[in-house]
Amino acid sequence: MSTATARPKRRIRLDSTVIVYLALIVVIIIGAILVNTAGRNFFSLGSIRGILTGMSVLGLVAVGQTLVILAGSLDLSVPYVISLASLLAAETMRGNPNNMAQGVLLALAFAAVAGLANGLVVTKLKVHGFIATLGVGLIIKGYLDTNYQGSAGKVPAAFQFIGATGLGPVPISTIIMLALATLVYLFLKKTRTGHHIYAVGGSLEVSRLSGLRTARPIIVAHVICSVMAGLAGLLLASRLGVGSPTVGSQGGYDLLSIAAVVLGGTILAGGRGSIWGTIGGVAIFAVLDSVMSAIQFNPFLKDVVRGVVIVAAVAIYTGRRVERRRARFATKETAR
Amino acid sequence: MSDTTTPRFGRRAGNALLTLISPRGAVFLLLAVLLVFIAILNPDFAEPGQFIRFVQRVAPIAIVAIGQYFVIVSGEFDLSMGSVIAAQVVIAGNLIGQDDSKSVPVLLLMIGFGILVGLVNGLVTTLLRVPSFIVTLGMMLALLGGVYYVTGGSASENPADGFREIGRGGIRDVPVVDIIPWAVIILAVALAAAIVISKSPFGKSLIAVGDNVTTQRYSGVRVWWVKTVAFIISSLSSTIAGVLLVGYAGVHPSVGRGYEFIAITAVVLGGVVLGGGRGWVVAAVAGAFTLEALFTLLNFADVPSTWRSTIQGIIIIAAVAYSAVAFRARRKGPTPSASLESGKEPELAGVPADAAHTPGPGQRQQITNGG
Repeated sequence: MSTATARPKRRIRLDSTVIVYLALIVVIIIGAILVNTAGRNFFSLGSIRGILTGMSVLGLVAVGQTLVILAGSLDLSVPYVISLASLLAAETMRGNPNNMAQGVLLALAFAAVAGLANGLVVTKLKVHGFIATLGVGLIIKGYLDTNYQGSAGKVPAAFQFIGATGLGPVPISTIIMLALATLVYLFLKKTRTGHHIYAVGGSLEVSRLSGLRTARPIIVAHVICSVMAGLAGLLLASRLGVGSPTVGSQGGYDLLSIAAVVLGGTILAGGRGSIWGTIGGVAIFAVLDSVMSAIQFNPFLKDVVRGVVIVAAVAIYTGRRVERRRARFATKETAR
Repeated sequence: MSDTTTPRFGRRAGNALLTLISPRGAVFLLLAVLLVFIAILNPDFAEPGQFIRFVQRVAPIAIVAIGQYFVIVSGEFDLSMGSVIAAQVVIAGNLIGQDDSKSVPVLLLMIGFGILVGLVNGLVTTLLRVPSFIVTLGMMLALLGGVYYVTGGSASENPADGFREIGRGGIRDVPVVDIIPWAVIILAVALAAAIVISKSPFGKSLIAVGDNVTTQRYSGVRVWWVKTVAFIISSLSSTIAGVLLVGYAGVHPSVGRGYEFIAITAVVLGGVVLGGGRGWVVAAVAGAFTLEALFTLLNFADVPSTWRSTIQGIIIIAAVAYSAVAFRARRKGPTPSASLESGKEPELAGVPADAAHTPGPGQRQQITNGG
């Protein structure tokens, strides 16, 4: 779809993140044309705010998911972590601004425990990430189904403020998401554990033979992923004003976040990929959504478009013969 | 029970008990224990008539588990099963209507549609080298979107009763069991066919491809075709499950929701290893029965149905952890645990960069091998 322009020059090695942003630009151009023909302005403040708001929740989840996928696992438990985090926060706050810190801490502590459980099951019991996180997710789902019939709790107005305001067209929630993405980027780039996440995802066996303690990076990735999901739950609670037992699963955040990560050029098998690619993938989804709403596309057919875009994009990435390995022992690819 | 599947097992069999506690046998033990418990809690369950109803209820799950088995054992995933079921149910509902004479042509159309979906899944996975997780996820989104677009999200008219009989009815007035549902017969045929397929040369190369795609490519297996056929089998099995579910459940776009995960759970309970290369189709079917028996037991034990997912979650983690531990223990023995026909090479270190993306024997953590 997008890389047709980049293709003829085979010598130029394009980083997959660059391709993602090229794709994003193409999607924006096509979208702007479509929206204009429908008699609306794609670049209006409202539209931009809509796109950025759409990025925030999925962005939080997808940044965490990126870490887990880089480490060679994946996380299917995020929707249930999101839902329970939103409920725990809303129930603890009960509309009282004084309880805000407690609610946030409780939700995040729960999320961290869920992530720890995922990580321990994957590393210590040697259960495939797919099954481990599906299992932990189902365990949480059973708890949700049993204890909550509908939305519960209430968040105070001050907490709702976070989800509702912005600096100019940029919502606070998106700023928080991008700040956290930057932190995670630095974590991957600068810390030892961050490097180990890439190593373990690239090859568990080689990492082990090289003397890495392979369990730790995987566990850390899972904990961060779940905490990000917990933050997404808090953000959703702030938007809805209540906690909801279905907010995560209705959003389909498990599969959509994995799709966004892969759309962002990260390899599903692990070891290669980047946070900024994921943000690009999330942005592509948000732009697609915004465009399809603006031209009043049938909401059910949106999923068809999403499905086709995901598969087409990944087919383009894997079809290219570019260097998909990270540059080693060099800070920039130009060192090659 | 599995003595004849591979020569290696023939050698070490002799001790049936060992097989029963091994990952591929444990599911049968678990199933037997669960059935005994159900029979104790509710003696009616042991009546042949009741039991055959139980088998009928499991049939669609067992059939999707068979399809998912072939895909998983070849090292891939099929997440589109639930949406294929939904699509087929809606096709049957909308095209057959109240006209019994349309049943056969529409059934043929559904089979054609199933083959098409499997073909697309398989070819995109193998030729375009998109991970099957993503391909079938995209297929799921596309099919579900289409289904909701056509139905508007609400239930529509059921197809003619003659067609629904396949899921509901059976051979009546049989001694002992009273009725043999068509679903049970279809399940038996599907299972027999699956056993034949997995013993055929095709089935053996399928398992071998799942175990080590590089050696198979070098030994001349058409990997893309083998995997594509696995996807076709999978979506055909969803089609059959769809036909059965029209009978029980009627026509609603949410029919089949979650079946892909139920199928994966069943297959994994049966000791089949995600990532491919190991597993037995009969155990996968036993996994489906175990899952349903577990839910039945919880029902009889008055556990609120809302806890079902929690129990399911604990069980699948426990089952996979158990088989992982057991496989590791066996690996320490002199015989490699992989199937013999894969002709294991010592290491993958020397393969060309092109193939470096495919999983080696030591990389069971990998989600997919991208063709």
